[in-house]
Amino acid sequence: MQFKHLFLALALVATSSFAQPQIQITKEVSVPGLTPPIYVSMSGFTGEAAQVLRFDLYVQGFAFTNAEAAQYLISGSDNGNLQGKVTDNITKSIIVPPKAYKDAALRRQAHAFADDFVVALGRKPIAQTKVAWKGENNHHSEIYLSDFDGHNAQPVTQDNSIVAAPCMVPGRLAIYYVSYKLDNADIFYHNLSTGERNAFARYGGSNISPAVSPDGSRVAMILSKDGWTDLYVCNSDGTGLKRLTKSPQDESSPCWSPDGRWICYASKDKERRALSKISPDGGEPQRIPTAGILSPTEPDWSPDGKLIAFTSQGGGFSICVVPATGGAATVLVAGEDPSWSPNSRTLMYGRRQGGRYTLSLLDVPTKQYKDVSHIPGISSQSQPSWAR
Amino acid sequence: MKMMKFANLLVIALVMTVAASGCRKKPVGVTPLPNPYAKNVGNPGPGTTVPPGGRTPGERMPGETPIPSEISPTGHPSNEPGLHQGWNEDAEVLRADTVHFDFDSSVIKASEKPKVSAVADYLKANPGKAVRIEGNCDERGTEEYNRALGERRALAVREELISLGIGPTEVDTKSWGKDNPANDQGHDEAAWKQNRRDDFITLTKP
Repeated sequence: MQFKHLFLALALVATSSFAQPQIQITKEVSVPGLTPPIYVSMSGFTGEAAQVLRFDLYVQGFAFTNAEAAQYLISGSDNGNLQGKVTDNITKSIIVPPKAYKDAALRRQAHAFADDFVVALGRKPIAQTKVAWKGENNHHSEIYLSDFDGHNAQPVTQDNSIVAAPCMVPGRLAIYYVSYKLDNADIFYHNLSTGERNAFARYGGSNISPAVSPDGSRVAMILSKDGWTDLYVCNSDGTGLKRLTKSPQDESSPCWSPDGRWICYASKDKERRALSKISPDGGEPQRIPTAGILSPTEPDWSPDGKLIAFTSQGGGFSICVVPATGGAATVLVAGEDPSWSPNSRTLMYGRRQGGRYTLSLLDVPTKQYKDVSHIPGISSQSQPSWAR
Repeated sequence: MKMMKFANLLVIALVMTVAASGCRKKPVGVTPLPNPYAKNVGNPGPGTTVPPGGRTPGERMPGETPIPSEISPTGHPSNEPGLHQGWNEDAEVLRADTVHFDFDSSVIKASEKPKVSAVADYLKANPGKAVRIEGNCDERGTEEYNRALGERRALAVREELISLGIGPTEVDTKSWGKDNPANDQGHDEAAWKQNRRDDFITLTKP
């Protein structure tokens, strides 16, 4: 009898020492909306630092769990300055070596740590990037620039007028936007380093929806100077204006492919609305099918070239993605006006709440989304443009 | 089939006439954009003068892209910005003639055409006055789509006025998208139909 108990006890001990923790492993795939998050655990962070890390990682497709089940262990402290490290829970190797972050506000340190983690996983960091957007109060609107999480918002314009369609110039602190400051819809170019700006497109009729090419050398826009709303492109110094569409079909909201070879835009042919693309050198437009999804508009092409995000306007408004070559489109969340971050998986968009908008961040592979903090004093925030 | 072909021919003939008359009035040379590195944004002077030697080699001019025969050329070129700068504005005189539109449409409904005629009659009775058509949308579209749609609503009525004999230089267009609702309290069709509109602002030389 005693031997039996001893044997059982030994067997139990043996089994428990061989038992593995249930680590949830996610490979880096990016099937829109269907990819499970990568699970991480976090320890040692408090208050604002913890809040920033949670936010930054959630909108990049991470979720939080206990240390046994996490794929990565994020640990550190934030007494004064932030210190952090990240361990791979399977290999047990340290993938972000322990580091003390300093010389910046605590929020910025936490953002920098979040960046170090994703970079260790081979991704492009986004936690210290900026976004421009339209902020509205009492029927007036201004362009703002803020951190990607909405903090540190600064007004770019103070015209007490109406603005629209900000478009950050890639790689530079400069922006194009529409302003009614001169009593019409005109496109302005604004150098954010020097504060200088000028009317970039001030033709007769409306000058709207500026989109600057990835290398900054050209600008696409919708002009009505020749009697209908059509797609035009010109050089960034204003020369070489070229009309790309010339038809009773309707065009709106152009965007560029990351290689600069295509301009994608929303088109309407009789009653049928679709996404189309055309070479900036001219030629025949090609349709980009979004099978099953109606009324696509406001496209934005991912920096890695693979996906086009857009707003679908069937019933309510939805953020959708489609392969850039066209095909089956995926509905992700309620919202409109998507703008990709540099990582080609997180995008910012506007979410309607009654008559006003809130900015929100969506991780396309996991469909995890979270509103940006409400900016005090601004009742509606929309039309984001991520600085890439 | 025969009727359709004849109708197509008529359309093409009409369109070519419109296009030809448009061409006659088009200024020579391309109208380039103002220098984007200029520091001064406040000066609302004419921003689209042609600089000396205004065309770069190899640059394609608007109008040189071949038009497929089944697509009609579009409307009359918009006026130069600042053409009616400083003119006195009156939003009341033609308020009753505000034209309303169906959802997602810039087509002038038959029921609205008498208003456009009334605006044409007013302009003919008041030579020297001009009008600015301000196109608007309800809140249901996305922002940039609506900004373009508002402009198309204004352009559609502009073309109609021109077809009624009003000179193109007497008609400006402006789009507010959905930023200028007539009714910003309601969120139903009763409010939306009030917002899908063109307003007429008369312009009188000071």
